[in-house]
Amino acid sequence: MKVQTNSSEKMTYREALRAGIEQCLNDDERTFLMGEDVGRYGGCYGVSKGLFEHYGAERIIDTPLCESGFVGVGIGAALGGMRPIVEVMTVNFSLLAMDQIVNSAATLRHMSGGQLNVPVVIRMACGAGLQLAAQHSHSWENLYAHIPGLKVLSPATHNDARYMLSQAIQDPDPVLIFEHVMLLNNQGEVFNAPDADMEKAVVRKQGTDITLITYGGSLPKVLMAACALEALNINVEVVDLRCLRPLDNHTILASVKKTHRAIIIDEGWKTGSLAGEISAIIMEQAFWYLDAPVQRVCTQEVPIPYPSHLEQAALPQVEQIIRCATILFAGEQ
Amino acid sequence: MNDKLHLDKAHLLEQLKQMLRIRLFEEKCAELYAQEKIRGFLHLYIGEEAVGVMAALSPEDNIVATYREHGHALARGLSMQSVMAEMYGRTNGCSKGRGGSMHLFDKKQHFYGGNAIVGGGLPLATGLAMANKQLKKSAIAVCFFGEGAVAEGEFHEVMNLAVLWQLPILFICENNGYAMGTALALSESETNIAKKAHSYGMPAWQVDGMNVVNVEAATTKAVQYVRSHQQPYFLECQTYRFRGHSSFDGQLYRDKAEIEQWKKHGPVKQLKHWLIQNHQLSDNDFNRIESQIKQEIIEAINFAEQGQWEPVEDLCKDVYSPATPKINTKAEQGGLA
Repeated sequence: MKVQTNSSEKMTYREALRAGIEQCLNDDERTFLMGEDVGRYGGCYGVSKGLFEHYGAERIIDTPLCESGFVGVGIGAALGGMRPIVEVMTVNFSLLAMDQIVNSAATLRHMSGGQLNVPVVIRMACGAGLQLAAQHSHSWENLYAHIPGLKVLSPATHNDARYMLSQAIQDPDPVLIFEHVMLLNNQGEVFNAPDADMEKAVVRKQGTDITLITYGGSLPKVLMAACALEALNINVEVVDLRCLRPLDNHTILASVKKTHRAIIIDEGWKTGSLAGEISAIIMEQAFWYLDAPVQRVCTQEVPIPYPSHLEQAALPQVEQIIRCATILFAGEQ
Repeated sequence: MNDKLHLDKAHLLEQLKQMLRIRLFEEKCAELYAQEKIRGFLHLYIGEEAVGVMAALSPEDNIVATYREHGHALARGLSMQSVMAEMYGRTNGCSKGRGGSMHLFDKKQHFYGGNAIVGGGLPLATGLAMANKQLKKSAIAVCFFGEGAVAEGEFHEVMNLAVLWQLPILFICENNGYAMGTALALSESETNIAKKAHSYGMPAWQVDGMNVVNVEAATTKAVQYVRSHQQPYFLECQTYRFRGHSSFDGQLYRDKAEIEQWKKHGPVKQLKHWLIQNHQLSDNDFNRIESQIKQEIIEAINFAEQGQWEPVEDLCKDVYSPATPKINTKAEQGGLA
């Protein structure tokens, strides 16, 4: 048995992402980073700051503003034997590249009868909370998680920010990584190895009363709610999905079968949300284990407004999670 | 005929044969479609054969084509049998039956499809060119697309990127005059497509796409340029499709007289006529070539008809690659709570 060597280092989520990119560039000469302002500017959110100076213009490639064009070029370069990391500045602009992602990256392996594969990683900043209004606050994880042929990752912790990219770049298929903008400045611990395989959900807090299922930018809120619920003698279990396609049904269902109650916290709009999908999975496969209806805490059905108080009112909040859990638990007493 | 190319009789006969293979294959496909042996959409290359024969390319070059790509696939060296079986949807097809007429692939021949989104192949081909450049391969990328793609944003994005990054790619626009049923003049403010490409800073020329020798002369020069300069090059091949856009096309948007006019100097007819006039081809020679091809088509149909249907149990195969590499995780090191 291996000796535990999990010494940890403190850094911001942004620094963890950067360390992950550096590892990929160091490990494989076929890897390059491409995107809008990733080089000389240092990345819109500062993730790639300093990489251009270190790795040069051939490996840190500034692109013009043409999402469909450069994402498609990344897909083509992957077909041609490279291991590209394509940064789409934000998830909001990824809609302009959706044709290439959905019609090419996701389909080429299948359409060619398994002859081709597309080892590209497409990273993008996502989520609301910076008062950037309706066009710059989207959570499109669910759109991409709908597509067979794609893998979709949502690193919520610093350790996942550090290691998920290096796992994704070794995957032979297209992987999308969503990096929530509200996590970037947070300090956290990075260990010397990944938490788990990238396709596995991880139980971030063990509990017995209710399973709180979440991912990405909502995880810190859920963990805060879990703490507060502890004080109310409600012992929740927190499942961090990490991978939104394929979903780790096994971990979700094992937890729900243990706690008999589930709440899904998802920054997507409720209608047609990933939360809805997970709720359906629980209903189909663990219905007889449930002591109460599955609940969802999602974003209100409104384009994200600019004023802070309205933006915050639209998004899932710690108080809502606590209230939802308290009511759900009380219903059983 | 262009006298700058040294073309001998054998080569010209080979060109005639390749065009005729495509022509007769496509005519047979139309029949098989009517018999419901081939389903889905069927886009025939009849009339445009001279553009797709690719005599100037090397076997390592990467080809990206459109949904009207049967001709390119045959010219590239995919067997007629595997192409026909793909149209039949059988497992012995070149894409194991998963793609059909619009998605012919062959990795060994560096044939990257078969893209059914207009303009969608342009970024892919440009990415292949980027990979070739970074991996220091001598192969170039060649992207075929119709003039309809020129109206798409991706066309302009890619023209810019290819020149900006100096990528070894040959763009071949197959200008057949109609984007489905919309004439070029009704969809473009500037109908000279080469001029558009030239404005991005690459050499770009219009070529008579009905004349296979002119096409070969132009592509030979273009390929030499792309290979030696490691820069993009653009050809607008002016051609015409003699059949409808697909099998569902009533062709209300054009006059029959226009079609007849173009047919008069069709690519097969033109080369055949020239060879006969110059005593390089007899009727007997032609009939012999034709019957060889007809035999090849019969064999292709037999091969397709003998192909298997993929078992439904395999439905979800080839959505993802089989294995992902194992990562040494914190849990395995005994560290995860």
